Amino acid sequence: MSILHTVNKSPFEKNSLESCLRYAKSGSAVLLIEDGIYAALAGTTFEQRVTTAMSELDFYCLASDVKARGFSSSNVMDGIKLVDYAGFVDLTVEYEKVQAWL
Amino acid sequence: MKFIIQVNEGPYQHQTADSAYQFTRAALARGHEVLRVFFYHDGVNNGTRLTSPPQDDRNIVSRWSALAAEHELDLVICVAAAHRRGILDESEMKRLDKDAYNLAPGFRISGLGQLIEGVVLADRLVVFGD
Amino acid sequence: MKIKKCLYVNRRAPYGTCYALEAIDMVLIGSAFDQDISLLFIDDGLFQLKKGQDTADLEIKNHSPAYRAFEMYDVEKIYVSKEAMAARGLKRGDLLVDVELLSDSRIKELMDEHDVIFSF
Repeated sequence: MSILHTVNKSPFEKNSLESCLRYAKSGSAVLLIEDGIYAALAGTTFEQRVTTAMSELDFYCLASDVKARGFSSSNVMDGIKLVDYAGFVDLTVEYEKVQAWL
Repeated sequence: MKFIIQVNEGPYQHQTADSAYQFTRAALARGHEVLRVFFYHDGVNNGTRLTSPPQDDRNIVSRWSALAAEHELDLVICVAAAHRRGILDESEMKRLDKDAYNLAPGFRISGLGQLIEGVVLADRLVVFGD
Repeated sequence: MKIKKCLYVNRRAPYGTCYALEAIDMVLIGSAFDQDISLLFIDDGLFQLKKGQDTADLEIKNHSPAYRAFEMYDVEKIYVSKEAMAARGLKRGDLLVDVELLSDSRIKELMDEHDVIFSF
């Protein structure tokens, strides 16, 4: 099994997501948390980049961070699964290791 | 499954101090074992008992202390990072000839070896940082 | 003690933040615990390896000589992203130590091959 990559930075501010997508191997997963959730929203300039990456990577997004920032599941792009903290824990178990893109 | 959690940033400045707590709590609730939470870099500031947030805000430090008491969690503050940033326990206060100490209940100060050892023993390392 | 293959991923420039320095401390401790250590420099992390660092005016300790000492601690696997080098206009001769240049596609495999990833 492969890697769970976590990204906690807005793609509008830092290159963490960009680096993550450059180095994430096909079959691994990306979990967007904290300000990283802005990359999960539909209708942003990053939507196309994330959609392209979805063909090789599974995308998840922390629901409590989406809600805290005034968005809901209806704002999140199709194909990105929302998880709670228990789901976050389950992902770290499912994947062999966790790489944090800080 | 056995976890080690690394916290790299201080409380209130970065959400990551909150995220690490929420994750740790969820892992314990899920029945996993958290071998150790290791506080590194500015993360050592999560361990000062002098933290005094306003009443309507969460107390990040006492929240860790309470979780440690409840689950016998091992909360370890990196000694080199702590000394640089003024986090001391009673014995360090005496040894370094300082006039106060501030380590919160449930935390202990130790070396980076505790992180490496924890990583070797654990099944998963999860890093929270900025 | 069990030996794990540990990959230290360095993505930050030195001095602007403490991460480069604290990564060095962690490499030395990891080596003391006989772990199998590899260092990877991507993004701005490769500025950590730039020759000729002089911090005298800043009153900050110049920690770059540590990279040259890694060999004495049996830390010999130092990898650098070829693409990140090119993007920053750096050449092998600009670096303090001998490194292995890897393509970004090879780096994907490298991350996969390790047991644990430390992120800085």
